[in-house]
Amino acid sequence: MKRWGEKLVELILMVSGTVSIVAVILMTVFLFREASGLIGHSAVEDDMCVAVNRKNVVDKISAQELRQIFDKEVTKWSALGQTIKSEDEDSILLFRVDDIVQYYNEEQLGDSLQYVPKLVSALIDSLPGILAFIPEKYISDEFKGRKINVAPLSTREFIFGISWLPTAKPAAQFGVWPLILGTLWVSLIAILIALPVGISCAIYLSELADWRWRKIFKPLIDLLAGIPSVVYGFFGLVVIVPMIQNTFGLPVGETALAGSIVLAIMALPTIISIAEDALRSAPQAMKEASYALGANRWQTIYKVVLPYSLSGIAAAAILGIGRAIGETMAVLMVTGNAAVVPHSILEPVRTIPATIAAELGEAPQGGQHYKALFLLAVILFIITFVLNLTVDIISRRRNANKN
Amino acid sequence: MKRNYLFEILAFTIIRVLSAMVILVLLAILVFIIVRGASVISWEFLTEMPQEGMTKGGILPAIIGTLSLVAVSIVWAFPVGVMSAIFMNEYMQQGWYKRLIRMMTNNLAGIPSIVFGLFGMSLFVNDLKFGDSILAGSLTLGILTLPVIIRTTEEALVSVDQTFREASLALGATRLQTITKVILPSAIPNILTGLILSVGRVSGETAPILFTVAAYFLPKLPSSLFDQVMALPYHLYVITTSGTNIEESRPMAYGTALVLLIIVLSVNGLAYSVKYYYQKSTSKN
Amino acid sequence: MAKHCIEAKNLNLFYGDFHALKDINIQIEKNTVAAFIGPSGCGKSSFLRVFNRMNDLIPSARISGIARVEGVDIYSKSANIVELRRNVGMVFQKPNPFPQSIFGNVAYGLKVNGNYSKNQMSEIVEKSLKQAALWDEVKDKLNQSAFSLSGGQQQRLCIARALAVQPEVILMDEPASALDPISTAKIEELIYELKKNYTIVIVTHNMQQAGRVSDYTAFFYLGNLIEFGLTTEVFTNPKEERTQNYITGRFG
Repeated sequence: MKRWGEKLVELILMVSGTVSIVAVILMTVFLFREASGLIGHSAVEDDMCVAVNRKNVVDKISAQELRQIFDKEVTKWSALGQTIKSEDEDSILLFRVDDIVQYYNEEQLGDSLQYVPKLVSALIDSLPGILAFIPEKYISDEFKGRKINVAPLSTREFIFGISWLPTAKPAAQFGVWPLILGTLWVSLIAILIALPVGISCAIYLSELADWRWRKIFKPLIDLLAGIPSVVYGFFGLVVIVPMIQNTFGLPVGETALAGSIVLAIMALPTIISIAEDALRSAPQAMKEASYALGANRWQTIYKVVLPYSLSGIAAAAILGIGRAIGETMAVLMVTGNAAVVPHSILEPVRTIPATIAAELGEAPQGGQHYKALFLLAVILFIITFVLNLTVDIISRRRNANKN
Repeated sequence: MKRNYLFEILAFTIIRVLSAMVILVLLAILVFIIVRGASVISWEFLTEMPQEGMTKGGILPAIIGTLSLVAVSIVWAFPVGVMSAIFMNEYMQQGWYKRLIRMMTNNLAGIPSIVFGLFGMSLFVNDLKFGDSILAGSLTLGILTLPVIIRTTEEALVSVDQTFREASLALGATRLQTITKVILPSAIPNILTGLILSVGRVSGETAPILFTVAAYFLPKLPSSLFDQVMALPYHLYVITTSGTNIEESRPMAYGTALVLLIIVLSVNGLAYSVKYYYQKSTSKN
Repeated sequence: MAKHCIEAKNLNLFYGDFHALKDINIQIEKNTVAAFIGPSGCGKSSFLRVFNRMNDLIPSARISGIARVEGVDIYSKSANIVELRRNVGMVFQKPNPFPQSIFGNVAYGLKVNGNYSKNQMSEIVEKSLKQAALWDEVKDKLNQSAFSLSGGQQQRLCIARALAVQPEVILMDEPASALDPISTAKIEELIYELKKNYTIVIVTHNMQQAGRVSDYTAFFYLGNLIEFGLTTEVFTNPKEERTQNYITGRFG
């Protein structure tokens, strides 16, 4: 009886033991599942399609071209690389279903709009330069126009596309490049600020500080690591953002720089804590040997202690970068969230996590936008996975070296 | 020789100045929020519903919401995390599988919290049909905090002297008896530290609850696990960035930030004092 | 001139309230090997570390009395601590090479102390490695990490590192206690060779080792210097009963 009880408890322990693996696997499965079906599908809404006059030679159009046409940035078929004979066929006439009322009166459309498909078909047939954006169901055997395909979203377009307009009509633009750049800018500058400062602080704590100061600083820094990111974000919003706006005389203070500074402050406790542990692991005997050869304290730190703890410091840096890349709330609150390719650190930017947090609430479940946001999460997941693996490998090597 | 000396002075000066700056900045954040928030906090602020587009009244539903999220997520994540650590440390042999689990635990700790939010939304809110609810939010937050609990528990177990285990086993105790009667009692203080730290973590997280539980404005208290709630960190985010009247709700924001800060810092402070107290009392023996 | 290379007069050392060394008086001649023996915690290592001011690193350590190296009062206000440490090499209990190449380790003292050309440096490194009887084993892999060497080799590397700054005195704190017998024998041989050019003070737990390598032996007990004299005298005909008891293994 007792043995059975014990076996049962051990079984429960064993199941619990796998919880981390299960969690990671589930996350992978769900993220990929929700994100699948974006790449390789056209960005046009599912039940809509694009049609042209039969004489038109265009047979394929990209989502970006479609947007340019809708934004009137492109008004000629020839601008899309087509050779069109006559002037009157060349200019693009944009037609949305709602525009039908400009061509026909209510009577012609029928009481329950039952004649609309036929009329649309006739209209497309009569206007050579037309580009019609119409419901898929209007296309029947009697349809006199020609449906053209919108090119599916490619991985290349997704990653390197420079416009992120997830709710644009008729074709949403899912170019992640501005978001990737925004994320990298903000987090790399944050690390460039935080790393030297953090390492200095760690050196101070491990090598220079009086034990009394140490006793105050160390717990204080541990404590500050626990401040929630919204609080940092709030502080950034009410203090750092106006400060940047005034210092540089900017129209808005919500900039990449503000995000970097807030992130740097947030990353400091982590970096200091890990780097200090690494520095303290340098054996006392090694330091003594350096002093015994006539080196001063700085030479000993610089030539013996730092090289010895380099891998630990590298781990601190990588973990810091991982934190910075994934940080959501604080960045969302201070970077201004403009999804454009940044040109300077004094411009608003938008990072990947901030995009997800800001937009998911409005993205209908299962839609293109929703999938795109999950795909962003997949990117984040992969980045942090790789960074964590690197830290893992570094620390394993470090332990192997020590023994 | 003289050059070396000057160099040392220079380097140490830079290090000291930078360190002082770090401490000053971090203290400035604390002081700023405490000073601005202190005048807002009152009994009414803590016990009333928000009013007039969240520019007046209190933050009671957010406080209660955060507390219930903490309670529910810890209730399941703490035992599971502790058991996971026990299995890893007491039952598993060194090997690739153990390394894999440890790697996954570290990985889980490094995944951005917004990703947890998305995962929680698709699994708990949509697939399992919990809807935006305390249950969905707490399950998500629980997964997020699992690595904290597992790692601190594991550290606690590793630090238990190996001879304890051997002595107990040599007296004919089973493995499980050894764990419950000998190992856990001596590891309890450090395990508690992990528990308290994860409470702090859960109460401050925003991103995971955005899409799993948090309500923008909901002036009533939850009555079941399937209710939506307001939460302090989300409330702070909302009234600073997207409230109906951001300027007028600023004082409320300072107050909310201070309440959140007090909760998180006192919880973390408790965790560290348990840890330091324990370290002291063991190092004396 | 004083042929006493190392000298202590009424030397006291405290760690906080703990009186670690009590009124030590000793004089060690140039180009000899002196062994400090005694049970654990007797103060022999602390005393060794007086002579390159390693105890300075311990915040609670206080010292009184006089300590001289080559006639220079090393605790006087005008003493140059860096100069002193260059003059006094030290080899530690466990091999503790720096996380650098073999060459980098030996050249470390030169790099931190002054301007040497590349050529001068390699000359000195080669000479030091030869003196430490390690040259033949490492001459083809000077750029490899010092951690790639065996424990015994690492310890000889640490000796070479100490020799490279051309000290007068070498302090050895149980230099062979972490090594296997063969490596130990090599280190002992080396000490015998080095005696020609250096004054060596060695702390050891191993009575036979003290007997084999040293000219003079000092026996410490509870912070006191009990007896100091020619090794042959101390081992065969100790004046003090406590020395006798320790050497014959009655306590320790």
